[in-house]
Amino acid sequence: MNILYDEHLDGPIAPQNKADVLADLSQAIPDMTLLHREEDLRPFECDGLSAYQVLPMLVALPDSLDQVETLMRRCHAMGVPVVTRGAGTGLSGGALPLEQGVLLVMSRFQRILAVDPEARIAQVQPGVRNLAISEAAAPHGLYYAPDPSSQIACSIGGNVAENAGGVHCLKYGLTVHNVLKVEVITIEGERMTLGAESFDAPGFDLLALFTGSEGMLGVITEITVKLLPKPETAKVLMASFDDVEKAGRAVGEIIAAGIIPGGLEMMDKLAIRAAEDFVKAGYPVGAEAILLCELDGVEADVADDCETVRRVLEAAGATDIQQARDDAERARFWAGRKNAFPAVGRMSPDYYCMDGTIPRRELPSVLKGIARLSEESGLRVANVFHAGDGNMHPLILFDANQPGELELAEEVGGKILELCVAAGGSITGEHGVGREKINQMCAQFQPDEISAFHAVKAAFDEQRLLNPGKNIPTLQRCAEFGAMHVHNNELPHPELPRF
Amino acid sequence: MADTYASPHDQNMSAEIGEQIRHADKAGSPLRIVGGDTRSFYGRAVDGTPLSLSAHRGITHYDPVELVVSVRTGTPLDELESALQAEGQMLGCEPPRFGEVGTVGGMIATGLSGPRRPWAGAVRDFVLGTRVIDRTGRELRFGGEVMKNVAGYDISRLMVGAQGTLGVVSEVSMKVLPRPAASASLRLEMPLEKALDRLTQWGRQPLPITASAYTDGALHLRLEGGASSVAATRERLGGDELEEDFWQTLRDLRLPFFTDDARPLWRLSLPNHTPPLPLAGETLLDWAGAQRWLKSDAAAEEIRAAASRVGGHATCLGASDGQGEGHHKAQGAAEPFTPLAPVIAKYHRRLKAELDPNGIFNPGRLYGDV
Repeated sequence: MNILYDEHLDGPIAPQNKADVLADLSQAIPDMTLLHREEDLRPFECDGLSAYQVLPMLVALPDSLDQVETLMRRCHAMGVPVVTRGAGTGLSGGALPLEQGVLLVMSRFQRILAVDPEARIAQVQPGVRNLAISEAAAPHGLYYAPDPSSQIACSIGGNVAENAGGVHCLKYGLTVHNVLKVEVITIEGERMTLGAESFDAPGFDLLALFTGSEGMLGVITEITVKLLPKPETAKVLMASFDDVEKAGRAVGEIIAAGIIPGGLEMMDKLAIRAAEDFVKAGYPVGAEAILLCELDGVEADVADDCETVRRVLEAAGATDIQQARDDAERARFWAGRKNAFPAVGRMSPDYYCMDGTIPRRELPSVLKGIARLSEESGLRVANVFHAGDGNMHPLILFDANQPGELELAEEVGGKILELCVAAGGSITGEHGVGREKINQMCAQFQPDEISAFHAVKAAFDEQRLLNPGKNIPTLQRCAEFGAMHVHNNELPHPELPRF
Repeated sequence: MADTYASPHDQNMSAEIGEQIRHADKAGSPLRIVGGDTRSFYGRAVDGTPLSLSAHRGITHYDPVELVVSVRTGTPLDELESALQAEGQMLGCEPPRFGEVGTVGGMIATGLSGPRRPWAGAVRDFVLGTRVIDRTGRELRFGGEVMKNVAGYDISRLMVGAQGTLGVVSEVSMKVLPRPAASASLRLEMPLEKALDRLTQWGRQPLPITASAYTDGALHLRLEGGASSVAATRERLGGDELEEDFWQTLRDLRLPFFTDDARPLWRLSLPNHTPPLPLAGETLLDWAGAQRWLKSDAAAEEIRAAASRVGGHATCLGASDGQGEGHHKAQGAAEPFTPLAPVIAKYHRRLKAELDPNGIFNPGRLYGDV
């Protein structure tokens, strides 16, 4: 798709004069770092979705809330769009800059303000890295549960904006389940507290509404997260299968046995090989699929659960089952999974990571659909799957230097997401819509539902200045996109039921 | 699958409900949205034509292996819980039922959660998707039946606790949990301060606690999980045996504490390690201290100030007409919910104006201008 903001499809933006905006902001906030030369702007032209690049008009790097507040007031007054960026690790282009907008970079807000082991909370600034919170809590035997694969680098502000997940979501939830309170600055420059240190706050659950809102409703300036006591023990089982479908069924049977694993991950042959070549995790390279099942909790229960899971896996036809003997081996098993993306990246000049979710029972049919799309397009697809919670990450391998391959990868990706929607799932489980999946939103939602999203947006940002062109498509875009897809009166995948 | 859980009362009334809403919106005529009408004591009185959802019933989809159930909101909570129980599953948020007629819609509208809340999560934490009838009578769908879904704004969770003021939730999909393999409950006599200390210590350890309350001079605990850990923890903590029924009675606010008094009943939601607050009256602590029930004649301002000083808030229960039963009969405070900060109140009004410009959905239920 054309990644540039398109006023015809994304709505009008008032024309900006860069020199005027620069002069206004420099005068209003003289002590704030404000980048405007092309060579200074270049490092900010993309986020984790590096195939999409746009040079922002200006980059603001505030280091105080007063600066953020004034920036918002001035941009609101001048009608200048603001795109907020954290660590820039997002995979959906949610922090993709606008040529006519200010990129607000929150990475200088890096302080852990408090870790309170008695209240089991941590109060942090948005630029604090996800893993740094768990590291600060570790001396108290506590940790922060959501652990996206990028946790070494991604920041908590971005986690809240995207409602980030990780490999332990089925048992421990997403970001929305682990945040108690956020401080926000609105586009009008007002400060608000959403949520509370108590479990709930009066009025609407605006905390839930802002979580995952992709910088469209306000700027998150401080976050209070829940900390959990570290499980007494964690064990990992790795099961090999000679058939992907058998592995998929085993997942359901573990849940049916009444067990909620701490993590339950699946990888297919291509992903297994890539990971094994990269980190030597000890994966069975001959297997068609592996399942990694982590069981955590109190020692005695975990031992019982391991036995139950082992029996279930055997009955489901696992060809081999290994239990990590010690923490080192457990870490190695996980290293393969956590490095699956870069591992696949070594096999191909470029890859495109999808993020659809499906009801688990649909796994076999969706995997078949993906295999068919791979065959038709000639692009290899490696499958990495948060099997426990139905979140798939097919990785489409391509070479952007080959003319047409990026477009082909995007097309295959779009079709995979449509498969997920048709199976009763969603186009994004944890990476967000951003710019990347803006068209697929039209496949998931009806115009009335899109209009309800616009109504919510209008309540907080009437002028559409916060991150325009992301997350929620305009109805014009959907009309255009829909028209494109019913071209020649042929629906893609006519064999699938349409909702 | 859905057929297995069919009941003779199942009925999809969304078209009829939508039609009533469309007419009300055209006429600008307020609606009082009602399920089992068991929770009128929790909020301000609504002056409007009753819009009943009680005939809109039935489990539309339940697949135990997916850990998801979808249900129409007029379905009695009792009926839903029986279906889950038959599959060895449960609602993790353990919502109060308030008798046989309390509905799923009432649970969503009020967002009230039971004793398990601090460990498992609140109603909003288990909501995966909703169908919402908007002011034009159309049924919109947000979220879905999958565990992870970040497409669009989280309108489903916004509806939880909104008391019907933003639209009529007609169906909800919720994550469900397996029932724990083993359970034991115990009672430990000790002073309140010591109980709070203990709870703070235990909170930092991976113990299988899933409910803890303090009343009648004793800490009440429920342990759940694998048989081995429950037995070991039970042994370690000692104390007297406690009937499991205690939690069900607490959950539905049926303990004598809640029914034997005419003083206004307050719900204080506080950070869990808050020391006892210096307020007149009697207190029962739930949620390891994070939810405190207070029977008190103290002024609303005094109670609210005490709660907000420690970072919490206070809600006054009681039918505003004083016509309820038990604790519901006490005359509640004029404003049941803690007044909002001005900027937050502004965005409440704006959301209301966007989604319900003619003010037909339970107007005034939460706050006078929402």
